[in-house]
Amino acid sequence: MSFRPIFEAHNWDDVKASIYAKTAADVERALAAPRRTLEDFKALISPAAVPYLEQMARLSQQLTRKRFGNTVQLYVPLYLSNECQNICTYCGFSLDNKIRRRTLSSVEILQEAQVLKAWGYEHVLLVTGEANQTVGVDYLEKALHTLRPHFAHLSMEVQPLDEEEYERLIPAGLNTVLVYQETYHQQDYKKHHPKGKKSNFHYRLDTPDRLGRAGIHKMGLGVLFGLEDWRTDSFYTALHLDYLERTYWQTKYSLSFPRLRPAEGLLQPKVEMSDRELVQLICAYRLLNEEVELSISTRETPTFRDNIIRLGITSISAGSKTNPGGYAVAPESLEQFEISDERTPKEIAGMIRRQGYEPVWKDWDTALAPAPI
Amino acid sequence: MKTQPLIIAGRTFTSRLFTGTGKFSSAALMEEALLASGSELVTVALKRVDVSDTNDDILRHLGHPQFHLLPNTSGVRTAKEAVFAAQLAREALETNWLKLEIHPDPKYLLPDPVETLKAAEELVKLGFVVLPYIHADPVLCKRLEEVGVAAVMPLGSPIGSNKGLLTRDFLEIIIGQSKVPVVVDAGIGAPSHAAAAMEMGADAVLVNTAIAVAGQPVHMAQAFQMAVEAGRMAYEARLAVPVAHAEASSPLTAFLD
Repeated sequence: MSFRPIFEAHNWDDVKASIYAKTAADVERALAAPRRTLEDFKALISPAAVPYLEQMARLSQQLTRKRFGNTVQLYVPLYLSNECQNICTYCGFSLDNKIRRRTLSSVEILQEAQVLKAWGYEHVLLVTGEANQTVGVDYLEKALHTLRPHFAHLSMEVQPLDEEEYERLIPAGLNTVLVYQETYHQQDYKKHHPKGKKSNFHYRLDTPDRLGRAGIHKMGLGVLFGLEDWRTDSFYTALHLDYLERTYWQTKYSLSFPRLRPAEGLLQPKVEMSDRELVQLICAYRLLNEEVELSISTRETPTFRDNIIRLGITSISAGSKTNPGGYAVAPESLEQFEISDERTPKEIAGMIRRQGYEPVWKDWDTALAPAPI
Repeated sequence: MKTQPLIIAGRTFTSRLFTGTGKFSSAALMEEALLASGSELVTVALKRVDVSDTNDDILRHLGHPQFHLLPNTSGVRTAKEAVFAAQLAREALETNWLKLEIHPDPKYLLPDPVETLKAAEELVKLGFVVLPYIHADPVLCKRLEEVGVAAVMPLGSPIGSNKGLLTRDFLEIIIGQSKVPVVVDAGIGAPSHAAAAMEMGADAVLVNTAIAVAGQPVHMAQAFQMAVEAGRMAYEARLAVPVAHAEASSPLTAFLD
């Protein structure tokens, strides 16, 4: 069993049409429902829900407080490598981009880690491009061993791996894997990923199943907004999440909302997603699912981030560098994309407190994970 | 409007009212009531029938083509006893369907979750279509689903109590996350309870005592039939819900303007 038969039972154009056909009555029913269904979610992300945004925001705030309290978790990305064998039309690491490639050594990783540790971070997200020769599972395992003693929670956003590879990395200290489908539009996916292992749509689609079977503690899903109709892509994400929660019910889940950002040599977004639309989506996800963690990165502007943490977001990054070595080793190297919020982690923590929330630096412990090998 | 049929382990049921065979004043009255209920899945306690007697009074009255028999293991206290009873039932009644009931507690007849999970795992391996009777425990339901049961049968309230859906909050969670059909079993004392379970999205309900001990069991069986159908129809039609608009004193989304 995998998500694939469920995915194939949903035609993109039909899903899109049904979302855009939702009415104000559908939205009102969704807002009032004690438990919301995927059909309710369609109504909440539809154009018909736009006049109800403030009401959605209030409900989202209440539900988030009920489940998560007045807290916001902090995490930070640590880019290990910008080597990549893929061509992605929107990414600065794309193979056809003539940039200087760099992969951090264990010593360099520790230098970077020292900076993040000094800032107070305990949750670190390791990021690489996809270059199996240099940044394959051996490299990742070594990086996890290097960092494990220094941080409470290690997440990874790298190329999709085989099930056995995940089974190998989990005991090495891997707690969370983020894998975004980029878009669930199968034909357009091919256009955006013309070369490299990433062009295999189904291998990517099956990744959460492989992670679930391997027994990962938490996984993160999402799409890249700008590639396709955000409403339809978000419905597929919700459908995927619904299947995963039912199947791998001991796993935790998070969702992220990356909007395309400027980067070296990339295309303009096909679809623009406004701030208002992103707020609508975040609130809709919260109204559908009270338990899922919702995360926002430094791709977004300070004003947007300051306000969105009250509307359903539960984790946020700060001080991010999107280039390998960006914190200590090589601060001037080329970044994956430009960030929009340059404030320091300390400044972000202060902002969170001023909003009446507690910034949470540590919310996991290695003692709770399988013993490191 | 016809409601959607229910499929369990490849078998299609038009009626979502499952019935039991205990507590009737006579086997003939049981037969009349069950026929009136429209039920297609009828559970029968292995301990109540004489499997060596082809003319057993209960079995004789259940010999209608629409009745699919579901033997239950009521009376066993351990997984080991349940597996033994299941094998006997399979041989005697020529069905691999089984309602797994293990209740070591003779007072409230509350199901033992540990022994039930153990027995379910073994019985699935032995080729049984297992429908376990359990407490309304969402985690246990997922564990049972993983070992391959065909449906889960959480209780609404203590068996025979007629108290209705006291476990409502947990049933909602179970229904919300289950991948197999959810049959609310035990405690349903009135047609309104059955309708409420169906409106919540339960796939079926199992009713015995409330029909068997009613003043007029045949009429009560019909009342349950209508209630289950109405509840299911309401669920499929999507219920209207009360609206509670939040009042905006200081809009959260003003920063977007």
